[in-house]
Amino acid sequence: MTAFGKLIRTTAFRLTLVYLFLFALFAASLLGYFAWNTRRLITEQITSNVNEEFSELDATYARRGLRGLVYDIENRALRPGANLYLVTTPTGQALAGNVAALGNGVMGTTGWSETIYHRLDEPQNKRPHRALVRVSELTNGFRLLIGRDLEERRRIFGIVAKAAQWSLLIVIVLGLGGGIFVARRVLRRIDAMTGTTRRIMEGDLSERLPVGRSGDELDRLADNLNAMLARIETLMNGLKEVSDNIAHDLKTPLTRLRNRAEEALAASGSGADYRQALERTIEESDGLIRTFNALLMIARAESGQVRGDMADFDAAEVANGIQELYEPLAEDNGMVLRVKAVPAPLHGNRELISQALANLVENAIKYGKPATAPRPPAPPGVAAAAEPPEILIEARREGDSVLLSVTDHGPGIPEADRQHAIERFVRLEASRTQPGSGLGLSLASAVATLHRGELQLADAAPGLRVTLAIPAHSGEGQGERV
Amino acid sequence: MLTETQQSATESESQMRLLIIEDDRESADYLVKAFREVGHVADLASDGEEGLSLADSGGYDVLVVDRMLPKRDGLSVIGALRDKGDHTPVLILSALGQVDDRIKGLRAGGDDYLPKPYSFAELLARVEVLSRRHGGPAEDTVYKVGDLELDRLSHRVVRGKEELTLQPREFRLLEYLMKHAGQVVTRTMLLENVWDYHFDPQTNVIDVHVSRLRAKIDKGFDRPLLHTIRGAGYMIRDGIR
Repeated sequence: MTAFGKLIRTTAFRLTLVYLFLFALFAASLLGYFAWNTRRLITEQITSNVNEEFSELDATYARRGLRGLVYDIENRALRPGANLYLVTTPTGQALAGNVAALGNGVMGTTGWSETIYHRLDEPQNKRPHRALVRVSELTNGFRLLIGRDLEERRRIFGIVAKAAQWSLLIVIVLGLGGGIFVARRVLRRIDAMTGTTRRIMEGDLSERLPVGRSGDELDRLADNLNAMLARIETLMNGLKEVSDNIAHDLKTPLTRLRNRAEEALAASGSGADYRQALERTIEESDGLIRTFNALLMIARAESGQVRGDMADFDAAEVANGIQELYEPLAEDNGMVLRVKAVPAPLHGNRELISQALANLVENAIKYGKPATAPRPPAPPGVAAAAEPPEILIEARREGDSVLLSVTDHGPGIPEADRQHAIERFVRLEASRTQPGSGLGLSLASAVATLHRGELQLADAAPGLRVTLAIPAHSGEGQGERV
Repeated sequence: MLTETQQSATESESQMRLLIIEDDRESADYLVKAFREVGHVADLASDGEEGLSLADSGGYDVLVVDRMLPKRDGLSVIGALRDKGDHTPVLILSALGQVDDRIKGLRAGGDDYLPKPYSFAELLARVEVLSRRHGGPAEDTVYKVGDLELDRLSHRVVRGKEELTLQPREFRLLEYLMKHAGQVVTRTMLLENVWDYHFDPQTNVIDVHVSRLRAKIDKGFDRPLLHTIRGAGYMIRDGIR
């Protein structure tokens, strides 16, 4: 598209054209009204002037007869700027007056008419003027014509017409010029935006649209687009990080899987060896599926897709249920799992909150043993040494929040590492040797976010306290969907 | 693909007629073959319309329906069947394995929901439980397996002449296992039905509960009743039937 083509296609330019048309129409009708009214006024003036003179002359005729009338007319015709006068005999012969020639048949009809004429004192070859005349019949068949030149009316009309032409021309020139000016200004800014957008589309997400200082609609649009770009950039970075992590943490077990299968195939083993290799393959793929499910769950919790299943329930029940489920497992690991829960009504996704709490408890069982006193796993049935390490699940309400926390007395997480620990797939160095997908805390965090709450990690001195803090009315008043 | 124990266990079950509605040829063939291997009859429909007309012709014990099907969505097939008053048990298979999808599936009239990818052992166990539930409701007040008796009303559990003391959760666990005596019950099924949780624990939490229960009901008796089925789950049955 040519630059001009682009220009005349802009909204600003098209709007200008519309305004131009409307304005011209307005100017034309205004001038037209003015011209028409002026003409009417002049005509009225002439009519009343002629009528007045007619009644005077009619009176003269009645009083002093034809002679008096002729005398009076000759006098009047000599005055400067005189009207037109003509008196004719019943046969049509001119008796007196200052008219040399008239349009055909003007004297034949009485009343008002417009005609061309020549004055007696003018040269015959001059362009004839127009006049408005009144013809009346006197007694005895004599006729009297009184009229007035219309040159003045024509001249005024001409002035108005010329004014109309000029003003139209000026309106069009100014309008087009202004339109082009505004359109080019807008076009330049839009072009700048388009250029930036194109660079962004080509992959440079850090670019931002230029924002002027006027705060007009384009600036506001640019501001909003920039905010959107910032959000997209954050999301893209998050996505990239996640896919890097997925690549890393899924590829490792996949490689293990593949190596085992290859190894089993290469070794000329017995049926039992094959069986064992296959069983380990299935085990490994189950682990992969679990990791995958956890990732999906986190993604969905983070995007708010599971908000539909919100219901009212008691956080204390969830705490008791999870304690009941994990208590034997904790005991097998040489720990005690206790619960301290007071009724704390909550509106949320029970299943997800249970799962988040279960993850926290599983973490506590895995990592919550005091580092200083490594305890050999107690054989089942044999009483463990006095005071096994304790894990405590708590549920309570504090202000507007419902707190579900799990406290262990393990080595804890150094403050500097805490934020990091919530991120996906992060398994702090100390825990690399333990099995697990490294998604437990991130899932709990995503569940907290879904409920507009947060996951807090704190020092339990010694140990770690992880708290799921959720507003008691997370689902209400804010709509079921995000 | 199946352990000897499981195979022999299922052979003694009455034969089931299954309809599998699944559009992915490979997994469908795998399922048909696997079900036939354990002695069931399985028909195959590869889209929703065909599935609906086959299911209409009747005579199936359980339908295994994939959620996303060509021509007619799995849930709409189930809806159409239920509207006609057909209450054949349906197990929904779906790649959409999240909590809300499960609920949607069950609301649409499905009886059970298994997210993909699944293990055949899990599917088989669930299908068998569904078919049993449909056939004759095991709603007796007293369940008996060998010399083990569980009274659902008085909450008494007796093995031989000895009364056993179970925690409430252990009781419910045993109740569920005995309700499906002779059938494989997977860990997920236990977590869903006894604890009402639908997530995947990352630890062997169910095994710990089962081994505690086993310590109470089998320890000190010469014939174990609660068996571990490798690669699948657990089963309670009298050793020789």
